[in-house]
Amino acid sequence: MRTTVKSIIEKYNNDKTRLMDILIDVQKEFGFIPDEAVEVIAEGCGLSKVDVNQTLSFYHFFTKKPVGEYAVYLNNSAVAEMKGFASVAKAFEEEAGCAFGEVTEDGKIGLHETACIGMSDQEPAAIINNVVFTNLTPAKVKEIVGQMKAGKDVKEMISAKGDGKNANELINAEVFNNIRKKGEVIFSDYEIGTALKKLGTMNPEEVIDEVKASYVRGRGGAGFPTGLKWEFCRKSEGTRYVLCNADEGEPGTFKERVILTEVPKLLFEGMAVCGYAIGSKVGILYLRYEYKYLEAYLENVLAEMRASNLLGKNIQGIEGFDFDVRIQFGGGAYVCGEESALIESAEGKRGEPRNRPPFPVQKGYMDSPTVVNNVETLCSIVKIMNKGSEWFTMMGSRESAGTKLLSISGDCKYPGVYEIEWGLRVRDMLEMVGAEDVQAVQVGGPSGVMIGPKDFKRTICFEDLPTGGSIMIFNNERKLIEDVVTNFTDFFIEESCGSCVPCRAITVLLRQRLQKIIDGNGVMSDIDELKDWAEKLKVANRCGLGQTAGAPVLTTIENFRDKYEALVQKDIDFDSGFDLEASVQASCAFVDRTPNL
Amino acid sequence: MSIFKKIFGRKSSKPKVVEIEKEEVTVEDKKIIVEEKEIKNKTMSEKIKFTIDGKECLAERGQNVLDAALDNGIYIPYLCHVRGVKQAGSCRVCNVKVAGRTMTACTTPVAPGMEVENNTAELRELRLTIIEALFVEGNHFCPSCEKSGNCELQALAYHYQMMVPRFPYAFPQKKVEADNSKILIDRNRCVLCKRCIRSFKDENGKSYFAFTKRGHKLEISMDKEIAANLTDEKAQEIMDTCPVGALIKKEKGFDEPIGSRKFDKQAIGSDIKSVV
Repeated sequence: MRTTVKSIIEKYNNDKTRLMDILIDVQKEFGFIPDEAVEVIAEGCGLSKVDVNQTLSFYHFFTKKPVGEYAVYLNNSAVAEMKGFASVAKAFEEEAGCAFGEVTEDGKIGLHETACIGMSDQEPAAIINNVVFTNLTPAKVKEIVGQMKAGKDVKEMISAKGDGKNANELINAEVFNNIRKKGEVIFSDYEIGTALKKLGTMNPEEVIDEVKASYVRGRGGAGFPTGLKWEFCRKSEGTRYVLCNADEGEPGTFKERVILTEVPKLLFEGMAVCGYAIGSKVGILYLRYEYKYLEAYLENVLAEMRASNLLGKNIQGIEGFDFDVRIQFGGGAYVCGEESALIESAEGKRGEPRNRPPFPVQKGYMDSPTVVNNVETLCSIVKIMNKGSEWFTMMGSRESAGTKLLSISGDCKYPGVYEIEWGLRVRDMLEMVGAEDVQAVQVGGPSGVMIGPKDFKRTICFEDLPTGGSIMIFNNERKLIEDVVTNFTDFFIEESCGSCVPCRAITVLLRQRLQKIIDGNGVMSDIDELKDWAEKLKVANRCGLGQTAGAPVLTTIENFRDKYEALVQKDIDFDSGFDLEASVQASCAFVDRTPNL
Repeated sequence: MSIFKKIFGRKSSKPKVVEIEKEEVTVEDKKIIVEEKEIKNKTMSEKIKFTIDGKECLAERGQNVLDAALDNGIYIPYLCHVRGVKQAGSCRVCNVKVAGRTMTACTTPVAPGMEVENNTAELRELRLTIIEALFVEGNHFCPSCEKSGNCELQALAYHYQMMVPRFPYAFPQKKVEADNSKILIDRNRCVLCKRCIRSFKDENGKSYFAFTKRGHKLEISMDKEIAANLTDEKAQEIMDTCPVGALIKKEKGFDEPIGSRKFDKQAIGSDIKSVV
């Protein structure tokens, strides 16, 4: 084992900033990361063992115990639950003969739950040894488990090939693009390399001016003006970096998966344009571990682009324009979608968001000026370069130029990816996707807002309802508090880095109080307390995750207060929620006594 | 105000001021003192003006709001901050408000003309909420803790007059680690402030302490090899750095009895106000 681990470390030049890659490779090699490997890694990279363990234990897909020869990671997101998670999970447990969180005695099959894997339009879905299985049913699970027991290669177990490039031999996945509406920016036809050629006639400042004039704002959800970000970075001294955020962890989002599958060259060209504008030679695509199945395909795309001088040295004959991209995989952590946490992770550390200032444009990756842009943002840049900023500003709403990719899932006829112009009314969107009898729409994922029919006249744009792209639809049969708010809150508890006290501790307390209400022990003041605590989360935490961890509770109390009120007792003011009789039952049974209260 | 003082009727004693005794001031020493004064005078002219709760303050360029406040004799409560060590901004107790936005004083550099809100009802309430959350998240049994009276969490609870936390106690199961010869790690009392993580690295930059896991499962771990080679002085330093009783030097827990310890004599932060 020692020699294998040593050779893995050497592959990354014993560089501690490549700890993520080392851990990914060791996990893949042994199916877990044994203590002995931690020792060798620590020694090889000049770290203490606790240094290695702190990164290792942060990420969902790194484990200290074997995860099973076939490691099943079944998605437990709210949409997955709506689409049959429970029956699929039950089928897995029955067929495999072990419970979730366990591995079968022979070590063959391990069952694990995982947060949204970016397949909300084809749930229930699972990842087994980096191969994605979609549209799962109990019958399909029976077949899959049978094949696992027979020792079949997991790649040969998929039942259908997806559409578009999903069928490419390097992807070969049972994943569907479901592109329902193509727009003018991301999915319009274009000639690869046009933007890069154009750079020969422009200096970097002119490129930044063009981006600024387009008013394009960050597509990840925060909406920071991209041109300004580039300008700040260019003005900072040091080796500069372009990081593309492809962590796409917000439950219900899957549009980046489709971009990476169908138009990856558009993205890499956008990264190169950014490199030219800010004066950077190094680009890093930070890709979520859940999309590992795209690795071979994307590496091949990069190789093709290098071969045709779209990446590499003196790109498109422009003297001194050198730029290349490497792919950095994550290890399963939602918080790494936050740009400074992403940088920490890319440096081989725990994905804990940094304090600001300094901002990444001043001190980012390797403490150097860094631009972190979303996949969709960088793709938009290429089209802005090709067609001009004026063309771009003709689309969209007053403060939101251009188009937006929406990942729409939940209760609708046509889940999938839609490229819309900013400013679309929610009502029109619902009609477009074939959603009827709608009770609520979650705009922007769990960290966004849940709105009801009275708000369906509102529009999707930065100035009204901003979104990074996640839209989940719930019809009137869904139990919003019992099933959705609890699922979202569990997600935030699971994904908190734990650094800030309020995010680490108060989220758990919110969840307990929710359960008290759901169990019928709630009183009116519980609703006000929930609201108070969630509001405090909003102001007291460092990063976007922590600040929005109370959003599911807060926005449902604002928009669906009647649902909470229907669950609480109105005739009493106080209920401890503590049932003494039930609590002493086990001990009484043990000593053969009846509770004497 | 110490509750023990009331109960036991101890005389209130003035805080001990640590004075460095010098046998004689040499010419060399005088020269250094003069030089230091000159440097101080120089930087004085470059100080930045800002206000805390309306009171005019001066800060060094690049100084954070928390350090600047303390230097100006204004107490902003904190738990994770250690002067001179890279800020964590993790306890969130030092949250202040600037231009309507809440931010941690320890991670916010002072800007000229900045108007900082500190001792407001809203912020006191926010800080109390955080302290209460810390109490229920761990297992803090003050009467049996070696750090009682020297514990900053306990002192903050007194400072904010916490009676009983508004949250239900979680009574979590936490691991206690006593397998090295110098330090006892009691995770029941740990507030995950990262002081130990940030303060102690060896000569090669390797960490003594680090987090493991994340979220509500987060815990501190100590490197076993490093722990095996600790000196007594280092162990004491580690114990003194911990704001609570999570890291205890073995064999000898305390010198002072409960009732005459640091915060028994003087409430936390009250020494700050006497600076100016």
